[in-house]
Amino acid sequence: MWGDWHQIWEIAATPDNIPIVAMLFLLPFYTWYAFREAFANDRLIAQLEKDPALAKTHHRKTHPWKQGWEREVHTWPYLMRVEFLAAVIVTVILMVWSITLNAPLEEPANPNLTMNPAKAPWYFLGLQEMLVYFDPWIAGVVMPTVIIIGLMAIPYIDANPLGNGYYTYKQRRFAIWTFIFGYIILWSLMIVIGTFIRGPGWMWFWPTQTWDHNRLIYEVNRDLHEWGPFFYIVPQNLWGKGIFGALVVGLFTVVCAWGIHKVCTLTEFSRKIYARMTLLQIITMQVLLIMMISLPVKMALRLLLRIKYVWVTPWFRV
Amino acid sequence: MPEENSGSTQPQGLGDKVREQAAALARVLKEKGREELEGLKDPEKTQLWRSIFRFKHDETPRNRALSVLSNVFFHLHPAKVNRDAVRYSYTWGMGGITFYLFVVLTFTGVLLMFYYHPSKVQAFRDILYLEHDVPFGKLLRNMHRWAAHLMIIAVWLHMFRVFMTGSYKRPREFNWCVGVILMVLTLLLSFTGYLLPDDQLGFWAVTVGTSMAKASPMLGHEGPFGPELGMTPFNDVRFALLGGSIVDANALLRAYIWHCIAIPLLAAIFMGVHFWRVRKDGGISGPAPVMLESEIKEDKGPRPVIMRPSGMR
Repeated sequence: MWGDWHQIWEIAATPDNIPIVAMLFLLPFYTWYAFREAFANDRLIAQLEKDPALAKTHHRKTHPWKQGWEREVHTWPYLMRVEFLAAVIVTVILMVWSITLNAPLEEPANPNLTMNPAKAPWYFLGLQEMLVYFDPWIAGVVMPTVIIIGLMAIPYIDANPLGNGYYTYKQRRFAIWTFIFGYIILWSLMIVIGTFIRGPGWMWFWPTQTWDHNRLIYEVNRDLHEWGPFFYIVPQNLWGKGIFGALVVGLFTVVCAWGIHKVCTLTEFSRKIYARMTLLQIITMQVLLIMMISLPVKMALRLLLRIKYVWVTPWFRV
Repeated sequence: MPEENSGSTQPQGLGDKVREQAAALARVLKEKGREELEGLKDPEKTQLWRSIFRFKHDETPRNRALSVLSNVFFHLHPAKVNRDAVRYSYTWGMGGITFYLFVVLTFTGVLLMFYYHPSKVQAFRDILYLEHDVPFGKLLRNMHRWAAHLMIIAVWLHMFRVFMTGSYKRPREFNWCVGVILMVLTLLLSFTGYLLPDDQLGFWAVTVGTSMAKASPMLGHEGPFGPELGMTPFNDVRFALLGGSIVDANALLRAYIWHCIAIPLLAAIFMGVHFWRVRKDGGISGPAPVMLESEIKEDKGPRPVIMRPSGMR
């Protein structure tokens, strides 16, 4: 059934989903807030680049500054009062939230009665959503490990010395777009899909569509070697599937690597930064970015073309 | 007694003497009392006060610095900070809020521990008891739950801010890594707490969550190369996490110990390192003066990441 607004309300009003609803507002707000600061700094940078004489004397911040002002202020009281205020505000928010909304408590745990949908806590719904597109060993083990290692690798592969300690967009375009892609598009969007779209049986329910527990989907997912023209081209045996999959994955890797290289050398500035990178840095960046891109590609293959695996071998399927 | 009487000029009875001494005592007490009362008017002059606070709370630069430096809780801060760093627009306060929420969670968590037994028989009943009989029990549980969610949001926004200001760049690379570990610990803290009420929600969330572990390559019995390496449901990594092949009493106990002891301790250690490194790497990163493209120092050929002298400006 469509037009079921109550369904949306029910999902959004589930106490444990409140944080996601909050994030739906907080993320755009803070993204806007960061970019506002970044654009203000970018205007200043443009002004200073045009006027080298001004660059020598300017205090180089968008905040007001006059000759003779202290560059530093005392922690007590100027920082402590802000911290105190923050603690008070957080406490008030927490108190009001705790008085008005009860933490969920379901029936006692019962291994014989499966919850449908059985959902992980909201912050892990991105990983659970990934289970649709990848086998559990990739979605549940490899991907989280890669995310953690990838995050830790950021400072060591970012060879751009600019933008250290101030908001800027112009000087860090590639880094910012990459992070926004990973943080907002991949991680947060996957959580939103896992929360609002996935219903019983982890099936796709559009917003305002009722979660029907008896719904059946007669979709046949095929592997890439069985799909469309490939069915006639690829030998449908162990070797044929394996080699075809390896070729496709290899081609995808090469195309992605080439695309990333093109983006990295798009402008004069990015070429300059690219030249500063070591081979190890470039390879690490390429591997991480290709893995990142593979997620939306696999999502599109699955959701639009109903393709389950791209590469099938007796030991693993990708 | 008679000797004393003969010594004095006026003969006195025992009663007189007591009366006189009592009057003297009253006089002294009054005087001492007045002294104490004077002290109350000006508590900063008392010995008690001075033993706790070593300096006056005057608005002199020296005392402002001292109030931070001589306080064990405040000395996490430097005495002075970048004048623009106190602006909300730069830090969003998210790191501090995360820490504050950790404190709130520790406090409410310890109180919750008084009412909770990590056993299959008791756990769920304890939650019911907490919600219906313990004074403010429901508020306590709600606060713990929502503070946990809020902490995750705060951690994510903190990471977003640190990225957007490029604060992970030299010399703060390592502290970013410590931060990533802290974020993972925050998620694990929340996840292990999910099972503790022993209700359907927690049970199935943890069942789903840990079922991924059995698919670990080489370490899980359903993962690639797992069976080949002798993994079964009774010896793989999921078994280690749950203390069994299903989510049951042992899993509850393990979640409890990870949640209440092991991960908070780990998080506290990493937090110590995180805060220490913030100070040692030169305080919070900015707002720093903007740098121009023309000011990039010429790189004398790429050097290996591992050889780069990080920590030096």
